[in-house]
Amino acid sequence: MRAFTAILARDLRLALRQGGDAAAVVLFFVLAASLFPFGVGPEPNLLARIASGVIWVTALLSVMLGLDRLFLADHEDGSLEAMLASPLSAVALVVAKCLAQWLLCGLPLILAAPVLALFLQLPVEGLPILLAALALGTPTLVLMGAIGAALVLGARRGGILLALLVLPLTVPVLIFGVAAVDAAIAGLPARPHLLVLGALLLATLAAAPFAAAAALRQSVE
Amino acid sequence: MHRFANPARFLRFATVAMPWFAAAAIVCIAAGLWFALVASPADYQQGETVRIMYVHVPSAWMALLVYTVVAGGSISALVWKHPLGEIVARAAAPIGAAFTLICLITGSLWGKPMWGAWWVWDARLTSVLVLFFLYLGYMALLGAFDDPVRGGRAASILAIVGLVNVPIIKWSVDWWNTLHQPASVARMDGPAIHSSMLTPLLLMAAGFGFYFAALLMLRVRAEIMTRRVRALRLAAMEAEA
Repeated sequence: MRAFTAILARDLRLALRQGGDAAAVVLFFVLAASLFPFGVGPEPNLLARIASGVIWVTALLSVMLGLDRLFLADHEDGSLEAMLASPLSAVALVVAKCLAQWLLCGLPLILAAPVLALFLQLPVEGLPILLAALALGTPTLVLMGAIGAALVLGARRGGILLALLVLPLTVPVLIFGVAAVDAAIAGLPARPHLLVLGALLLATLAAAPFAAAAALRQSVE
Repeated sequence: MHRFANPARFLRFATVAMPWFAAAAIVCIAAGLWFALVASPADYQQGETVRIMYVHVPSAWMALLVYTVVAGGSISALVWKHPLGEIVARAAAPIGAAFTLICLITGSLWGKPMWGAWWVWDARLTSVLVLFFLYLGYMALLGAFDDPVRGGRAASILAIVGLVNVPIIKWSVDWWNTLHQPASVARMDGPAIHSSMLTPLLLMAAGFGFYFAALLMLRVRAEIMTRRVRALRLAAMEAEA
């Protein structure tokens, strides 16, 4: 547990001292989402209809944007090898790094989402559900992405490859995330969709760290 | 099964089995096509377009079966370090991707007259599209590393992760009530399809299966030979140095 918190604290400290990474992800999120009114036209009804989908898709892409760096720096300077040789299990290492990544990239997205919801005329009833769905969905995305990030270590064009590997797997999160918000706006219960998102989070939490740890181990062999 | 984990022994088996599989594929597909195009009736609702099914459904089955083969080979490569597991997975993936593409294209050709659209975002269609992307991702990851061993292991992990999609595809038509019709052959209470249509369907499925087996033997043989050539070249280089 001490090693776990040490890695978590180290990653957070590194990111805060270097600065910029988390801010860049949020900036991308806001910029990409605000391109949609230019693309589809600023008609309020149309924007309100597509707002939840736009916010979810751009959130998904923003999470992907930061993910290829999840293990890369540690892989390049050799500290990943040292961490894997330490008594801390590789699975706990993955969970610690994912938690740090979510705090740095996922949480800011959730904080920025209300502003985007306002820009895109999302009906007010949808907002609390949107935030809840993002809170359940973004950690799932980070965990799924961690598998891809560990797999592409040392690959050519890792960033593009990461998107190709992970985006197909994220489809269920997107579907239920948007369905929850749309249900809330239509006055239907959003609870079933949120429960599925929660189940997806738990299943990924149970399985993804093991797959990512296996990928990490074979990357340093 | 363990007897065939030895590449040299498998090579002998593959060399003998390949022509038999190929012949069986030709016989089954020829008979299946005759039943499908001549001897079976047109559907009372769908008319002649129902015949697309005799290609569409077997290729969908094969898409799932081949993915399971890829994942199974990957598991045996990672867990028991069987070199053959990875060779089989590597050789099967492009064939599976091709079956998936055929399934998507024939489905699209059938969908236009029946549903009035080339593509709908229904659960079954979307999950098969995801399967196609998984095949592509697997093959891309295989080729993305300078060291083929590293690429093989990374791709094996991805293949196992992607296995979650297979049951989703299988039961997507039962879990979500969408446009794609529910299962009518592999059902607990027996197939809900008339024998005049079931015969060509099963013949075509067997033909596709034998075709896959023949192609797999051919590709595995080529892959083993390639590795042997690489090993010989390396040995020759070392002898020179």
